[in-house]
Amino acid sequence: MANIFPKWSNFVPIKIILGIGLVVTAVVAGITYYGTPKYMRVGYQPIQPVPFDHNIHVEQLGMDCRYCHTYVDRSEHSNVPSTNTCMNCHSQVLTDSQALAPVRESAESGEPIPWVRIHKTPDFVYFNHSVHVNRGISCVECHGQVNEMQTVYHAKSLSMSFCLDCHRHPEKSIRPVDEVYNLNWEASSPKEQEEMGKRFVHDWKINPPLSCSGCHR
Amino acid sequence: MRIFLGIFVFLCVATVSIFGIRGTKFTEPPLYVFPDMDDQEKYRPQGENTFYQNRMDDRPVVPGTIARGSSWETAKVFNEDFNYAQADNPELYTGKTRSGEWVRGFPVEVNHALMELGQQKYTIFCQVCHSAIGDGDGITKQYGVATTLSYHDDRLRDMAEGEIFNTITHGKNTMSGYGEKLRPEERWAVIAYLRALQRAQNGTLDDVPTPFKKELLESLQAPAQDSTPADEPETTQEDDSSTQAESTE
Repeated sequence: MANIFPKWSNFVPIKIILGIGLVVTAVVAGITYYGTPKYMRVGYQPIQPVPFDHNIHVEQLGMDCRYCHTYVDRSEHSNVPSTNTCMNCHSQVLTDSQALAPVRESAESGEPIPWVRIHKTPDFVYFNHSVHVNRGISCVECHGQVNEMQTVYHAKSLSMSFCLDCHRHPEKSIRPVDEVYNLNWEASSPKEQEEMGKRFVHDWKINPPLSCSGCHR
Repeated sequence: MRIFLGIFVFLCVATVSIFGIRGTKFTEPPLYVFPDMDDQEKYRPQGENTFYQNRMDDRPVVPGTIARGSSWETAKVFNEDFNYAQADNPELYTGKTRSGEWVRGFPVEVNHALMELGQQKYTIFCQVCHSAIGDGDGITKQYGVATTLSYHDDRLRDMAEGEIFNTITHGKNTMSGYGEKLRPEERWAVIAYLRALQRAQNGTLDDVPTPFKKELLESLQAPAQDSTPADEPETTQEDDSSTQAESTE
């Protein structure tokens, strides 16, 4: 009796299994790498209506974050400054700059400047800025080195695991309350950070919520 | 199999070359594959709103009205016994007495905590123009804000605290008001700190506490030292009076 199946068919099951294995691995690897905020959001650097340069204002002029983001330490929401705040100085500084034309128009008309929002938690996440900055969590922990950014971009993933990493180990990120707005501050060593952090967590009775309702409502 | 492997490798390479690597800068809004309830139809602080003409979620205060507290309990706020804090204590909120004169002195207790608060708020909001010692030579002067005044003249030393309060709240000449950025207590704290700066800049050797006098005199003999005005108010006083003492003697 002649062979029904040719000889090469012996290898078909192995090849199929191997092929499926490869495809599944590639898809899983692809989604893991590309499907999370670490890829989807980090690096988002929209073109703003006014090319505001944090580096000049913070590093060169030495302005405090709270001159503009005034309510960050007393509100859940860290405000984008009103046009009035810009005009405190720019009514006299660079008064004929083309880049600042939208600011002057806004000051005259009362229409807001359409800043493009970069960092945004989902609407079912209730993040509170004031509790974080008033308990030694610096701006830099979530927003990166904004003081050095000429154009602001999304520096950290702000995914749920990002939040939870810190909520589980606050001692790694906590710092003296006076240094919260000093984005260049760093503990002298990781060991020092750990010891100091543990002390703060204990002394200030830091107990970051890990339950769903801590952030979701 | 060879064809399959070829296509597989091609697709992998194509994916990586199209999507790139993590952290690359991009300007288009991030893609939402599963939007879930990430964007809800609700008012957010400083959110955009297509319903109102000026496109803002935040609603301005209606002209001719005053806020009756920020309490959620309407029964409390609309109660007949509700006290409008501003009417109760005009000194604290307007810098004027009931008869309309500028307040002299402070309607809040001046203590170390208030001084520290004042220093903190001064450093954030005033220092950029008025400088750390209040001589009007802040960093903005180099960029064209030319009209900033020095606090250190007799007119401003004798000015009533209430009038300074009014200037901070509403601004004056080229200075804008900071009433929205500073609470009334914080404005009084800034005034207290400002008075300390004035005192420090106008001090004499007699103002220096005896324990520090020897140290100061020694440091005067040493080559000119670098003064750090942004420290504790007390330190500022000593440092600055040292320069003052230098000039008076």
